[in-house]
Amino acid sequence: MTELRQRMAREPDAPPEDKESEAEAKADGETASDSESRVEAVTLPTSVDDTPEVLNRALSNLSSRWKNWWVRGILTLAMIAFFFIIIYLGPMVLMMIVMCVQIKCFHEIITIGYNVYHSYDLPWFRTLSWYFLLCVNYFFYGETVTDYFFTLVQREEPLRILSKYHRFISFTLYLTGFCMFVLSLVKKHYRLQFYMFGWTHVTLLIVVTQSHLVIHNLFEGMIWFIVPISCVICNDIMAYMFGFFFGRTPLIKLSPKKTWEGFIGGCFATVVFGLLLSYVMSGYRCFVCPVEYNNDTNSFTVDCEPSDLFRLQEYNIPGVIQSVIGWKTVRMYPFQIHSIALSTFASLIGPFGGFFASGFKRAFKIKDFANTIPGHGGIMDRFDCQYLMATFVNVYIASFIRGPNPSKLVQQFLTLRPDQQLHIFNMLKSHLTDKGMLTAATEDK
Amino acid sequence: MWELRHRGGCPGPGGAVAPPPREGEAAGGDHETESTSDKETDIDDRYGDLDSRTDSDIPEIPPSSDRTPEILKKALSGLSSRWKNWWIRGILTLTMISLFFLIIYMGSFMLMLLVLGIQVKCFHEIITIGYRVYHSYDLPWFRTLSWYFLLCVNYFFYGETVADYFATFVQREEQLQFLIRYHRFISFALYLAGFCMFVLSLVKKHYRLQFYMFAWTHVTLLITVTQSHLVIQNLFEGMIWFLVPISSVICNDITAYLFGFFFGRTPLIKLSPKKTWEGFIGGFFSTVIFGFIAAYVLSKYQYFVCPVEYRSDVNSFVTECEPSELFQLQSYSLPPFLKALLRRETVSLYPFQIHSIALSTFASLIGPFGGFFASGFKRAFKIKDFANTIPGHGGIMDRFDCQYLMATFVHVYITSFIRGPNPSKVLQQLLVLQPEQQLNVYKVLKTHLVEKGILQPTLKV
Repeated sequence: MTELRQRMAREPDAPPEDKESEAEAKADGETASDSESRVEAVTLPTSVDDTPEVLNRALSNLSSRWKNWWVRGILTLAMIAFFFIIIYLGPMVLMMIVMCVQIKCFHEIITIGYNVYHSYDLPWFRTLSWYFLLCVNYFFYGETVTDYFFTLVQREEPLRILSKYHRFISFTLYLTGFCMFVLSLVKKHYRLQFYMFGWTHVTLLIVVTQSHLVIHNLFEGMIWFIVPISCVICNDIMAYMFGFFFGRTPLIKLSPKKTWEGFIGGCFATVVFGLLLSYVMSGYRCFVCPVEYNNDTNSFTVDCEPSDLFRLQEYNIPGVIQSVIGWKTVRMYPFQIHSIALSTFASLIGPFGGFFASGFKRAFKIKDFANTIPGHGGIMDRFDCQYLMATFVNVYIASFIRGPNPSKLVQQFLTLRPDQQLHIFNMLKSHLTDKGMLTAATEDK
Repeated sequence: MWELRHRGGCPGPGGAVAPPPREGEAAGGDHETESTSDKETDIDDRYGDLDSRTDSDIPEIPPSSDRTPEILKKALSGLSSRWKNWWIRGILTLTMISLFFLIIYMGSFMLMLLVLGIQVKCFHEIITIGYRVYHSYDLPWFRTLSWYFLLCVNYFFYGETVADYFATFVQREEQLQFLIRYHRFISFALYLAGFCMFVLSLVKKHYRLQFYMFAWTHVTLLITVTQSHLVIQNLFEGMIWFLVPISSVICNDITAYLFGFFFGRTPLIKLSPKKTWEGFIGGFFSTVIFGFIAAYVLSKYQYFVCPVEYRSDVNSFVTECEPSELFQLQSYSLPPFLKALLRRETVSLYPFQIHSIALSTFASLIGPFGGFFASGFKRAFKIKDFANTIPGHGGIMDRFDCQYLMATFVHVYITSFIRGPNPSKVLQQLLVLQPEQQLNVYKVLKTHLVEKGILQPTLKV
């Protein structure tokens, strides 16, 4: 971050340093209305240097460009190491981390909204934003996660009632928030309050839905969580490297540092990485099996018979590649084929999430979402490309891998009326008989 | 629009701006010819001003022209303007109610089309307000993208919900099968295409505006499209679940207005100075009674009470069934004080009437909050009405603002208290499973049904 301050000081037309002019120079990062409508300089805290002293001293000899590179590099390795530790700790910890990341992203975006609209002092608004976050999270966790804890929920009476009337309770909670918002409208601040209301809802739409889809994917099998996220991270890093060494042609005006060489190089590197990673991971049950909650041991277990996707199969290599590699067939997991689709999405469409975030930062004239991670910016900066990935993986799984969950269907069936149950049973029976799956022999069981 | 251009020519507080723009250009458009950063801060001035100015500084969007038909004007020319307004509103109210009855008579399919039409019009009204607020009518691509997103979201919702009802029809056609099976993926791909188009359409000087319009579109979609789909889902549950809530809200509007007109003294909320406590409470009681009576009248007819089904043989919607317990008269013993009052031991009611009390209570207590929300919105953006579609009433959105929360409530109420999941959807999902899974599920279901005595254990194929 010291580089930023140096860069601004180097600008030829920057006046000598004092608070007002620093605010002036940061006016690039603020709306011009700031300097007009407020005497005091209300600035976004983007220039505080968070780099730990240790790093600062160790790197003090290098030039600022390499120093920045080292800071980013070290933090990247730290984050990746942290990621590995969390994976080792298991699904429960992963879920908590996802939830924390979600809350932090929400906080970052809402803070930007407050800063843009100078609305930090609006009555009730901070309370209402967090209340809405709580409501929406309660709704989603109730809808999805409860299914996995079904037997636990059925045993405890209070939980059972909460689960049965879940939608009604969530709606009532949301409605309370809505009514509080309406009652809190203050005469001179209507527009601002509506803006913040809209801002909160769009943020919730982005942040909360994504994080819940991530948790859905996680429950499908940790590999569905790890491979997509790793592909996006790999694409980020590879595109950066390729752009650093070979970058010539700019990719899009929105992000001038991105280049076509980086984009294409990153694409190929990510596909290869995805293939290798899925090969490695498909061997282990703890990654491949759906996460289940075991009632006896009261913990999550990942133990199962791996499905077809995760069993080695022989594939014939097309003639073209045969001559190159010299093998007739290759043994691969079918999942690796799917991983190609996932990596391709991560490298082609994932960057659009990054461009969206860049456009957002340019629109509101901020350099980073926040300053949580030294060298990288806020949590949201790291997760902007993941934004679309989670939805894609979830839609992919629902469409191509598996259908609806049979046990959940049985549960839904049991809540229907008897005549409806009979009707469905008969339809299913005739369908199975048509398909030849049902014969008189099996009927006798 | 003349007023907007005129406003664009006035100097902003920040400094000099270019002279009034050429004909046919929106106010911010003339800044495009300049490329210096000064002009960019000028634009930020304008947006910053839009954002952070207090409400009193924002000039008013002028009221739209008077669209009252000439006939009415001539007939009412003799009256004073207060009564004239009253008569116009009254006549239009009766017209709308008659239209409503006519469409109910024509059946469920017409009702679905009507709901779709209203949704599209509400979306259009709110988006137009957004354009006017941000002077963004000329943004590249934006009109196309807004309508495209509306199309995507509608496609997704119709595919998820309505397609279940056409299950038999869909099973026959191969292409439709494909569309249904990969429905989520196709919807997501369509949405993604729109998202990428948005990112690619970001233009250097208009980032903030484009993000605002993007967010505006999404919030509008959230409000209008989800509500309209919940309305249609309620409709499929049985037309009574569509009619009673909507009528309760309309009745509450009208009776609160009448009570306020004749007895109104104490203001209710600063946001809407015309609303009074007398109107609120009077409206509450009248709506509960009205809902009770309307439920009694409608519960008799199969046409209103039965779930709507699509029969492929006749290729139309039919509403024929054995009415469920909710719609069969039951005797309730009256509590003692009512016994003395009415001098009867028991009363025959439909259980649905008890539910209708809950629906009417919600309509009269919480429905008005939707109206306050819309009033706040109109004050925030200094507009008198959402649009000018209906003379004397404003836009379509003005009429439907109180309905906003009602549809969601009815849907949540039905799923929580009345029935479980939708049977045809369960069947649909069963048919999508892998054959081995289907067989397993079949065995589990059979065991369960035999246990419950619904299925005879000795039954053989």
